[in-house]
Amino acid sequence: MAQAGTLDIRNLSKQYRVQGEPLPVLDAISLSIEPGEFVSIVGSSGCGKSTLLRLIIGLEGDYKGEILLDGQHVVGTSLDRGIVFQEHRLFPWLTVEQNIAVGVLNAPGSDAAKKRAVQEHIALVGLKGFETAYPHQLSGGMSQRVAIARALVNRPEVLLLDEPFGALDALTRGHLQQELERIWRTEGITAILVTHDVEEAVVLGDRVIVMQPRPGRIKRIVDVPLARSRDRGAAAFMAIKDDVLSEFGGVPPLEAINPSIVLQRDISDWHFSR
Amino acid sequence: MNETPTRAPLRPAAATRRIDPRAFALPLALLALWWLLTAGGWVDTRLIVPPGNVLRVAARTLGDPVFWQGVLFSVARDAGGFAAGALGGVALGSALGASRLAERLIGPSFHTLRQISLFAWLPLLSSWLGYGELSKLVFVALSTLYPVALGTFEGVRGVTLEHLDVARVYRFSRSQLLFRLILPAAAPQIATGLTLGLVYAWVATIGSEFLLANWGNGLGNIIIKGRAAFNVELIIVGMLAIGAIGTSLNRIAARVEARALRWQRPPT
Repeated sequence: MAQAGTLDIRNLSKQYRVQGEPLPVLDAISLSIEPGEFVSIVGSSGCGKSTLLRLIIGLEGDYKGEILLDGQHVVGTSLDRGIVFQEHRLFPWLTVEQNIAVGVLNAPGSDAAKKRAVQEHIALVGLKGFETAYPHQLSGGMSQRVAIARALVNRPEVLLLDEPFGALDALTRGHLQQELERIWRTEGITAILVTHDVEEAVVLGDRVIVMQPRPGRIKRIVDVPLARSRDRGAAAFMAIKDDVLSEFGGVPPLEAINPSIVLQRDISDWHFSR
Repeated sequence: MNETPTRAPLRPAAATRRIDPRAFALPLALLALWWLLTAGGWVDTRLIVPPGNVLRVAARTLGDPVFWQGVLFSVARDAGGFAAGALGGVALGSALGASRLAERLIGPSFHTLRQISLFAWLPLLSSWLGYGELSKLVFVALSTLYPVALGTFEGVRGVTLEHLDVARVYRFSRSQLLFRLILPAAAPQIATGLTLGLVYAWVATIGSEFLLANWGNGLGNIIIKGRAAFNVELIIVGMLAIGAIGTSLNRIAARVEARALRWQRPPT
């Protein structure tokens, strides 16, 4: 079982420069996440919740404040932190098992142990029998399962999820939320889920962090002291969901189709991790 | 599982598709016209020779080991030049596509040199390297280089930032980035460049045998001999052989491509 990590975010601020003007995206975020905790972050478009995840995973730098995993400063990407993006981002030229194996490519351990880990994670996400399928042969939900397996196969301490089910239909979405809860419990991992779906945040989170935009700040932290698996129809569940929704004026937070900031990056801006 | 596990079939390899019989209509019509013109005596049969004569010369040529030696030399020349040009093209295209510095330094020169017709290189190549094998190989390699480099460049440019993020998250090294992300992602466009390169290489092989003629071996030389002896039949047999071998090479390439790119979504 993976060792769960403690994540400490202290006074974190981040700004972009857009046409020479500073544009603050995150302002004084402080958050402490316990080992094995499941934290949901909800907010509408432009609240910087995806940027927060990109900073924690190490895909972006140049910030003020501190991000600490088990007391260590986060520098660049690391196999200690796994991520699932909104799009599955599988490599279309690799089969399911080859895609999952990308997760352990640079991990320590023997080839046999890696092979075993890949097989275990195929079973964990319920994709036995699809080992040799290519991504174009899979449905959206199945592709996202592969992406989850790829993120978990090297046993990271923290799993980051950036709207992982945002592009799926409601039925698949509800089902994968249950699956994610099961996987999180099996792996005993620390998880951070970014979403704009309040119900999803309350179903999965031990705590729900409500963020507000321009610049992105924490507005409120709501505890969800309900036993798992949670009944979405229960009065206590509805009360917490309504409470979180009230932070958005009773209207579900909106997600813009296009991100408000389009950064000019391409392959030439690649920098190597080693 | 609520989801119905579905797995779409892999696409059938494009190369195994059968040729529509209607494709033979035009060649057969031309053949009939040719036969009619010569049999009816409407043309000078020394210039437009009857098909029967061509067939006879073809039978004789196919039985001649010198012809097969020529085929072997031409194909070897083609393969050698193509291999060198393809490697160089993938390397150049990758560099241009992946490095902004390389694109700024080499890109403009590359795109300017590309405007020079390949056959315009021949006088320079023959002055420097003579009329021997090396000149021909360099010429074939150069012909292959351009389309392959362009295809690779396009493909590498098409690598998405989303996939580059994945490579960073899993801490790909420089060589893993190249061999596990950039080249596979660019493979469809590289394949297009290689297919085009193969056509150019074969044209260049025959062209070099014509224009750097040293009475050496090769299919091009057989045609030259035919012209020198005013043997129109031999010229036509040589042309047909060139076409047949070029087509075979392309069919082999299409099969290899379909196999290598079987992970692609079938065209809808």
